[in-house]
Amino acid sequence: MLSYILRRVAIAIPTLLLLIIISFLLMHAAPGGPFTSERPLPPAVLANIEAKYGLNNPIYVQIINYIGGIITEFDFGPSFKYKDRSVNDIIAHGFPVTLTYGFLSFAVAVIVGGALGIAAALKQNSWLDYFAVGVSIGAQVLPNFVMAPILVLVFTLWLGWLPGGGWNDGQWNHLILPVIALSTSYMASVARLTRSSMLEVLHTNFIRTAMAKGLPYKVIIFKHALKPTLLPVMSYLGPAFVSMITGSVIIDMYFSTGGIGQFYVNSALNRDYAVMMGITILIGGLTILFNLIVDILYAWVDPKIRY
Amino acid sequence: MMVDVQKMEQLADNLAVQEEVQGRSLFADARRRFLKNKAAVVSLIILCAVLLFSIFGHMITAWSNEEIDWGILGQIAELGAPSIENGHYFGTDQLGRDLFARVVQGTQVSLMVGIVGALIAVVVGTLYGAIAGYTGGKVDNVMMRIVDILQSIPYMFVLILLLVVFGRSIFMLFVGIGLISWLDMSRIARGQTLTLKNKEFVEAAVATGVKPITIILRHIVPNLLGVVVVYSTLLVPQMILTESFISFLGLGVQEPNTSWGAMIAEGAGAMQYGTLWQLAFPMFFFIITLFSFFFIGDGLRDALDPKDR
Amino acid sequence: MKFSKSSLLASVVGTALLSTSAFAAGVHPETGEKLADDQTFTYRVLDEHSSVDPAIVEDVSGSELVRNLFEGLYNQDNLGNLVPGVALSHTVSDDNLTYTFKLRDNAKWSDGKPVTAGDFVYGWQRAADPANASPYAWYMELMSLENAEAIIAGDMEVSKLGVKAIDDHTLEVRLTQPLPYFALMTTHATTFPSPKWAVEAHGAEWIKPGNIVSNGAYKLETHVPQETVSMVRNTNYWDNESTIIDKVEALVMNDENVALTRYLAGETDRTEAPAGQFPRLKKEYPDQAVVFPRLCSYYYTFNVSDSGPEEFKDVRVRKALAYAIDRRVITDAVIQGGQFPAYTFTPAVTAGFEVPKVDFADWSQAERDAKAMELLAAAGYTKDNPLEFDMVYNTSEAHKKIAIAMTQMWKQKLGVKVNMNNMEWKTFLNERGNQNFELARGAWCGDYNEASTFLDLMDSGSGYNDGKFNNAEVDKLLADAKSSTQPQANYTRIEEIMAAEMPVIPIYHYTNTFMMNAQLKNWPIKNAEQNWYAKNLYKVAK
Repeated sequence: MLSYILRRVAIAIPTLLLLIIISFLLMHAAPGGPFTSERPLPPAVLANIEAKYGLNNPIYVQIINYIGGIITEFDFGPSFKYKDRSVNDIIAHGFPVTLTYGFLSFAVAVIVGGALGIAAALKQNSWLDYFAVGVSIGAQVLPNFVMAPILVLVFTLWLGWLPGGGWNDGQWNHLILPVIALSTSYMASVARLTRSSMLEVLHTNFIRTAMAKGLPYKVIIFKHALKPTLLPVMSYLGPAFVSMITGSVIIDMYFSTGGIGQFYVNSALNRDYAVMMGITILIGGLTILFNLIVDILYAWVDPKIRY
Repeated sequence: MMVDVQKMEQLADNLAVQEEVQGRSLFADARRRFLKNKAAVVSLIILCAVLLFSIFGHMITAWSNEEIDWGILGQIAELGAPSIENGHYFGTDQLGRDLFARVVQGTQVSLMVGIVGALIAVVVGTLYGAIAGYTGGKVDNVMMRIVDILQSIPYMFVLILLLVVFGRSIFMLFVGIGLISWLDMSRIARGQTLTLKNKEFVEAAVATGVKPITIILRHIVPNLLGVVVVYSTLLVPQMILTESFISFLGLGVQEPNTSWGAMIAEGAGAMQYGTLWQLAFPMFFFIITLFSFFFIGDGLRDALDPKDR
Repeated sequence: MKFSKSSLLASVVGTALLSTSAFAAGVHPETGEKLADDQTFTYRVLDEHSSVDPAIVEDVSGSELVRNLFEGLYNQDNLGNLVPGVALSHTVSDDNLTYTFKLRDNAKWSDGKPVTAGDFVYGWQRAADPANASPYAWYMELMSLENAEAIIAGDMEVSKLGVKAIDDHTLEVRLTQPLPYFALMTTHATTFPSPKWAVEAHGAEWIKPGNIVSNGAYKLETHVPQETVSMVRNTNYWDNESTIIDKVEALVMNDENVALTRYLAGETDRTEAPAGQFPRLKKEYPDQAVVFPRLCSYYYTFNVSDSGPEEFKDVRVRKALAYAIDRRVITDAVIQGGQFPAYTFTPAVTAGFEVPKVDFADWSQAERDAKAMELLAAAGYTKDNPLEFDMVYNTSEAHKKIAIAMTQMWKQKLGVKVNMNNMEWKTFLNERGNQNFELARGAWCGDYNEASTFLDLMDSGSGYNDGKFNNAEVDKLLADAKSSTQPQANYTRIEEIMAAEMPVIPIYHYTNTFMMNAQLKNWPIKNAEQNWYAKNLYKVAK
């Protein structure tokens, strides 16, 4: 296992490099640049700006300089749009925010969704099952851009219980609405995947055998059925975890949380190259990391899995 | 983990025999079991009704999806509500265009997007994941790192480049949807394959010299279908909403045409302004369709489950 | 031209009187209104500002912050007239090329240092310095500062810029050509001073809270990125005594509907009314919904360059399309924010601009429609051979609605078939800038309050002339207007040519539609540029 992990870490580096290069090329190929604006800048002014940010160099030089900056100084470059801040500033401020509400949402999604899914599967076709399926589908079909304004309308304007936005250093009452809005659809997915996976496991012969042997129900469920149930759920949760902790543009936009979720979309729209790259690398790195963790967990769930 | 080896082997043998001998009755069997599932059948009927609505709905309204009712424009909240008298059965949108006609046309687009996206995910994602998982080793590592990269590159630029290079068309919309829809699916399929390939029935097939591709198609994929079907129903709403983002960039559906995603976003933006029907009607169709997909998915899962026979 | 010596003098006297009369706590010194205890002004901004560095800032929300944090030579009053800022007055040489500003001696930075002419020289040099690469460096060129062009191009030392500190309180500026509205340009954020010692001590970090030194009525307290900026009273400000608002907070809210909800929940004092919602809000909250004109023009531009479609080279087609649009419907029924139907390019609110009489402005819509049908038929387009073209706009709810209404008017009146295309902003700019379009949306807001800021777009050499309209007479009229003290005749003629040639379809002139806390007073609704200063606002008690 250790050698497998080492191999995976080793391949992560070329993977990230490839990701950087592809993203860099894509970004520069897209029409319009960071300084394309309604009022095109006079050529001399544009030339000064491009010289300052090194955008006048050939693309391969830019890539080398960029990667060099990361390796030697851990410098991810400046923001072209938010000129008072560097990419390091933006991520250092925004990532803890999304990490907080993303992690909480993840916990809610896994605990509530998992419990709903298991309960539904154990009582298949009972009222509990229908309730759980109903709740999870209801949560799934309400897109968060519908949910977010409804939450603000109800809890901020009508009831006046919770602030309609802002972060306020993560004070609890600012967290509730974003976490509800973000977690519901994930929770629903977890519930549905868990339910179907659990049903499948319950129908396998070895569980039937265990039942036939008269082992206590709880032991069967929690000791034998749960682990294989987790497998497809884990495959889903790896990437889902990454996308939750890197935030959501909808959540950041509607609740003004200040997280980095909005930058993923906005920096692309603004052609804010360095910000885009910084977030891409963050997401890429986390994706690689959590897929490795998922693979390790696979082996824990099913010791027969060999890589 | 406790595995009853003997039973498993027996099952694997049974399965292998069954498939060899009763290859044709597999689907007949599945159909029978699907039809016994009431929720799934009702859902199928609803889905067909939605489909018929999207194909023939324009025949029962005098309005087109683009015509502005100038008499209503500017006073939507007062005059634009659903009404039989003026022929706007679902009311009008913010511009006084008939919402019924727009929902009919939007349903066509969104159903197509949802189904095509899910199909691409099922076919490409499942095969890709199964091949990666079954082959294992370096191939697996490389294939899955490609998925990692594809999942992390700024997707928006890919869409913008598609727009600039190929221009906009419905086909490019599907290309855009297809590019991302299969990524998560391939991960799930691979994860399942990793554990399936150690099962005795697969080992048995390997021992008898069955070609890997046959093993993947005959033994791995059928056993993946349960989770694949359920996950693909989760993908349908995602695809439908992704469409509105793609259209935002300019690649997808253009005015005067519309889609559920666009209508829901518009309706949600204006929901506190007394025009709730603009959210309610598209949401209603979105929701009943997704419910149908979910129950059909569950029905299919139960019907196709090779273990549950 | 609104600027005059006498109004300047009057305001100097006014301010002097004001600062000497110590006002009773809780009562406004001039109006006698009872003031609220909490003098915090909170407003919504659409997006995070680009920078609070006056030499760098390029966006509206950043400029708003900079105008409160820093103070330039002149400020604007509620009508847009010049009132003294750091400068008390100025004189102009006989050849109109040298301006000498007299600065007040009681202006201080937030760290207590005096504001000197040298700080302005340093600020202006920073704006022009290629090493600093300000996106607004062109403003120094626009002001016609001596050597600005060469410095920006990197051909000359920054120190050669045509601005000089004669002594601590005398600033001399040299221009390359007479510019009648030069003094007006000194209210722009790019012309504000920079504190050399702070910039040198902290480098690029000097604008962070804690490092920043500013000379305006407020100083930067906190900046939580993408969430809030808060500014508090600068006690060293020379006119701190007459400032009433204690704290200014800008909250970033990307979604206008959520912003309205949060406004109604009492979280902010000011937000924009979402498009189409103004009439309803006005009815429900008559004392909070306010509307006033803005110095902006909304239009569609024909691509008349070589890459444009053949159809648009026919002036009859361009006119027919322009006539058939019922602008009243667009302003009153589609966007509903009290906008003004536009028949000329330049908004009526522009200072010193008299709206010329253009023929189609006075016709009834029925007459315009009849004329449009006639013109299109004459151009050879019929039901069997309909005109067909593409139009592009950038993705936005309001632009979409207007485009839909326009295409439906054309379709129903003229049988014209139009394909609407929306594009993401930067792609849109790129395509439009490269003449890769047939009919494209455009909008322009004045850089300063004078008609040339609009009409310059029609110059064949202008970088903003996306449709590539080319008319020698317009070019000449524009060039002559630059140095003329009475340019109105030229502007009238240009608008007449535009009505005859119709290179763009003017649609409407903008308004601001705000929801504003009824307790908040003295918002400069008559200032067409919307240069507001929090120091002039106040909140009355409920």
